[in-house]
Amino acid sequence: MPQPTRIVMPTSAKKGEVFQVKTIIQHEMESGFRRDNRGLAIPRHIITSFVVMYAGGEIFRADMFPGVAANPYFGFTTTAVETGEVVFTWTDDRGDVTTERRTITVA
Amino acid sequence: MRALLSVSLALAAFTAAAANERPVPPRPGLDFQSAETRQMQSDDGANPGMLWVEQGAALWRRVEGPEQRACASCHKSAADSMKGVAARYPGVDAASGALLNIEGRINQCRKQRMSVIAYPYESNELLALSAFVSYQSRGLPRKVAVDGPARPFFEAGRAFYNERQGQLNLACGQCHNDNWGKRLRGDVISQGQTDGWPAYRLEWQTLGSLHRRLRACSLGVRAEVLDYGAPEYLALELYLAWRGEGLPLTSPSVRR
Amino acid sequence: MDGNDSRQRRDAAMIDGAQVSRRSIVCGGLAFALVPALARPAQATPAEMADAIRELTGGTAVKPGRVKLVLPELAENGNIVSLAVTVDSPMTDADRVKSVHIFSEMNPVTTLVRFHVSPRAGKNPTLLTNIRLADSQRVTAIAAMGDGSFWSGETSVVVTIAACIDGG
Repeated sequence: MPQPTRIVMPTSAKKGEVFQVKTIIQHEMESGFRRDNRGLAIPRHIITSFVVMYAGGEIFRADMFPGVAANPYFGFTTTAVETGEVVFTWTDDRGDVTTERRTITVA
Repeated sequence: MRALLSVSLALAAFTAAAANERPVPPRPGLDFQSAETRQMQSDDGANPGMLWVEQGAALWRRVEGPEQRACASCHKSAADSMKGVAARYPGVDAASGALLNIEGRINQCRKQRMSVIAYPYESNELLALSAFVSYQSRGLPRKVAVDGPARPFFEAGRAFYNERQGQLNLACGQCHNDNWGKRLRGDVISQGQTDGWPAYRLEWQTLGSLHRRLRACSLGVRAEVLDYGAPEYLALELYLAWRGEGLPLTSPSVRR
Repeated sequence: MDGNDSRQRRDAAMIDGAQVSRRSIVCGGLAFALVPALARPAQATPAEMADAIRELTGGTAVKPGRVKLVLPELAENGNIVSLAVTVDSPMTDADRVKSVHIFSEMNPVTTLVRFHVSPRAGKNPTLLTNIRLADSQRVTAIAAMGDGSFWSGETSVVVTIAACIDGG
């Protein structure tokens, strides 16, 4: 099931300008190292991959491990190349995928 | 004449007591967090609490129930209709005489005006809606009514705040009035103000309600942890809102 | 009742061998199995971090510099620690960052996160995230450059728990 996300990035930029993107996705990132009240290991459940595509190429990718905090947050920069869609894809270790799209207008 | 004199003496006593009772000036919870936590709260792109504000915005428009209503059906744009609302809560519901906080009001609307079930405390939906509604009052000063029908609740909250509780036998004021600003191991004790709630607590790795935090306070002094929505916590919530009068609301805040 | 997550993590006992990395099974799976229930939490060791780094670099020397890793000196809560890493690079074809790897010497899993940086990231790219730190420790960031070289930056973090232990 797709998870709630929050993406903060400009809606427009000048060609060649470098802009910042900040993303958060709601996910418990259960590390697999915790035990419940009965002493049983709580199974790992984490997002393992986050990929961002724009203007025909990958502009950012993160390989994630249990050491990434819950509700994973990433900030990165990229160059405004052309008007188009920025596509964000998170995949977790159960194969659940969340995809979000944003458009940026580049003058 | 005598009645008038005793009433004005009582009022004077109340005012005098009140003058010493609240920290002046009230200091927001953010003042007592680390620089990194302050940074996380003030950056809307990094503040994890915003995840719930966005979900709340979607839920606001979600149509439900036999009458096919959404919050938006009656309240239209939250930015207009909800502006300043959370700053006046908790408040007494005129019809029922009950003290309602934001969560209580949301659920009352759902049951009575949308004919749908109430959302439980700490459900994603109730967190999202209460964060969204509180967010519409961001930056606005808290001001609650503590007279008239609110008075008995206020007095109950005040009594709870001043009562020693738990195995550690501490009253709230002993830390949050008498020792705020001082260190408790690695932490700086806050004034215990409620301007930032619901808040993203690092300890919980999620957004949580004020009642969740109050339950943790009870556990902190090894007192009985009361239910979410317990009348004692509601009354305390009113007292705390009065105690922080004038503080701008800052939900969703980030707290350790 | 909600658990005190960071304390649970510290108190968490031995780990089912299959859940940890291949590295720890090779290095000491049996030793882990013999650890009694309430003893040390599962954690990596500086040796394991060295192994992970060697796996990345293939033996090429890592040069300290060009990588600025910023973490709080004192983390209020090990569950979420803000991280910022900036790599000194003009991001030209001849001189660019390909990836940045963050390593812990104490967490149960040594590699915390890997960033893959695009040529379009802009000069001196900065990457932001939040990590979990199991205990006070040194964190190391290694940048793999386009020319096959590796550069590193590191910093130490003291991780505390809340003073009022309220169990959540």
